[in-house]
Amino acid sequence: MSPTEANTNIAGVDPSDGLAVLEQRGSVAETFGIPLAVLAELTHRCPLQCPYCSNPVELERGGNELTTEEWKNVLTELAEIGVLQIHFSGGEPTARKDLVELVQHASDVGLYSNLITSAVLLTREKLSALADAGLCHVQISFQGNEPVLADRVAGFKGAHQKKIEVARWTRELDLPLTVNAVMHRQNLFQLPDIIQMALDMDADRLEVANVQYYGWALRNRAALMPSVAQIEETSRIVEQAQARLKGTLEIDYVVPDYYALRPKKCMGGWGRQFFNISPAGKILPCHAAESITGLEFLSVRSNHSIAWIWQNSDAFNRYRGTGWMPEPCKSCEFREVDFGGCRCQAFALTGDAGNTDPACTLSPMHEQIFKLAEQEAAGGSNRFLYRNFAGGTLEMDGDNGA
Amino acid sequence: MAGRIRNITVSEASRPILPRHAKLKFDQTRQVWVLLAPERVLAPDEIAVEVLRLCDGVHNVEQMVDHLAAKYTAERGAISADVVAMLQDLADKGFLTEAREKTS
Repeated sequence: MSPTEANTNIAGVDPSDGLAVLEQRGSVAETFGIPLAVLAELTHRCPLQCPYCSNPVELERGGNELTTEEWKNVLTELAEIGVLQIHFSGGEPTARKDLVELVQHASDVGLYSNLITSAVLLTREKLSALADAGLCHVQISFQGNEPVLADRVAGFKGAHQKKIEVARWTRELDLPLTVNAVMHRQNLFQLPDIIQMALDMDADRLEVANVQYYGWALRNRAALMPSVAQIEETSRIVEQAQARLKGTLEIDYVVPDYYALRPKKCMGGWGRQFFNISPAGKILPCHAAESITGLEFLSVRSNHSIAWIWQNSDAFNRYRGTGWMPEPCKSCEFREVDFGGCRCQAFALTGDAGNTDPACTLSPMHEQIFKLAEQEAAGGSNRFLYRNFAGGTLEMDGDNGA
Repeated sequence: MAGRIRNITVSEASRPILPRHAKLKFDQTRQVWVLLAPERVLAPDEIAVEVLRLCDGVHNVEQMVDHLAAKYTAERGAISADVVAMLQDLADKGFLTEAREKTS
C-alpha cells in the first residue's frame, strides 16, 4: 500500500512489456486483450534503401495506401477499443503529406503518438508542426556513427548528416529522442562510437537492435551476419554502457537470435499483445507476417471491425497461445516463455510456419542454421541488395562495396 | 542545452511536473490509471497515482507528503522517504521534471 511498493511495482516488471505490468496488477487487460500499442505502417515508400528493411519484399504501392480519412477512422477506432499508443512508422511515415493531420487526430482521440522515422525528409518547420499537433516522442534510425558507412548502408547520400540535424531539432523542440541503431557485421565495430553519438545528441534512449533475418535482411544475410565473437563483444559493450549510463541514457538491446539458445518471444507471442496495420490497412500479427503464404489477413476495408479481426480472424488464431504447437514445443517447459519463437522465421527457414523456430536449440534444424550463419559471417560477401520497389538492386562496385 | 533538466534531485522543496511526453491518463477500457511514456505504459498503484496527479509544477513534495500523511494517518517521515524515492525513480527514467523558476 505504500508508495514505495508502487515504485517497486513500476520498476519490478520488464517495463517494455506494458501488458505484463497490467497483468501483474490483475487488471482486465488479460491475454489477448486489446494491445496497448499499435504500429501503423502508413506507407512503404521510403527514400532510404537499407538492406535489412523490416518491410516485406513485396512492397505495397502508394496507390493502395489508406486515405487520410481511412487512417483517421482507424485511429478513432483504436482509441475506442483501448489502444493507448500509436507508433507512426513506414516505410517513411513523413512521406505521407497528411502526417501532421494524422498526429493531430491521434491527439484528439487521446492516443499517445510516437514517430519512427529515417528523418531525411523532415524540415524544422515540419517537425515543429508535428510537435504542435501533439507528437509525444521521436525515434530516429541511424546506420552508423559517420557518413561514409552510414550513407552506404542507407543507400542515400547525405542521410547521416541530415539525421544528426533532425536529432538536434528534436531536442530543441523538447521532444524525447530515441536513437535506433540497427547493427550487423559491417557496422558493429562502430558501436562504442554510436553510444557516444547518442549521448552527444542528448538522446533519452538507444536501441541497439541486431538485424532480424527475414524479408530483405534474409536476402542480405551473407552481407550482414555477424560472427559469434562480434556478438559476444557487443553484449559486453552494451552491458558496460548500461551500467555506466544508468539514469542518463537507457539502452535497449536486441540480440540476433541465430546465436541464442532459446528463440525470442517474438511479438510477445503471436496475436497476444501486438498488431500492426499495413499501408493498405491489413491487420497483421507482426510486420513480417505477410511473408507467410497461406494465411489470409483481413483489412480495415473489410466489413469487420479491428477488434473482431484481432479476436476472431483465422490468421490471428492460427498460432495463438500453445494449442497449435507440434513437438518439441508442445511438451517444452518454455512454451509459454517464448511461445515457440518466430512464425515468420520458422516459415522462411523451414517452409512451415507451424514448425519450431530454428533459432531454438531444440529445433532439428538449429545446428544446420547455426553453422550456415557462422559460414556466412566468416566468408559472406559485403555486397548489399538494396531495398526498393523493383525487388532490390545489387550494390555496384563504385558504391564502395566490399 | 535546450530541453528538460536532467538528473534532477527530488527533495521536499521540489515542485515536480510531468513532462509533455509522460501522460497520466485513466484507461477506460482496463479501468486503471496509466502513465504513458515513450515506448512504454506504466501502471502506477493508487497512491502513486495520487502523487502523480499532484505533480503539476504548483504543489511541492512537502505538500504532497502532508496530504498523504493526513489522509492515511501514517507516519510522516516514512511517507516522505517513500514519495521522494518514487519520484526520484521516475525522474531518473526521464518521466518527471521540475517546474522552472520564473525568471523576472
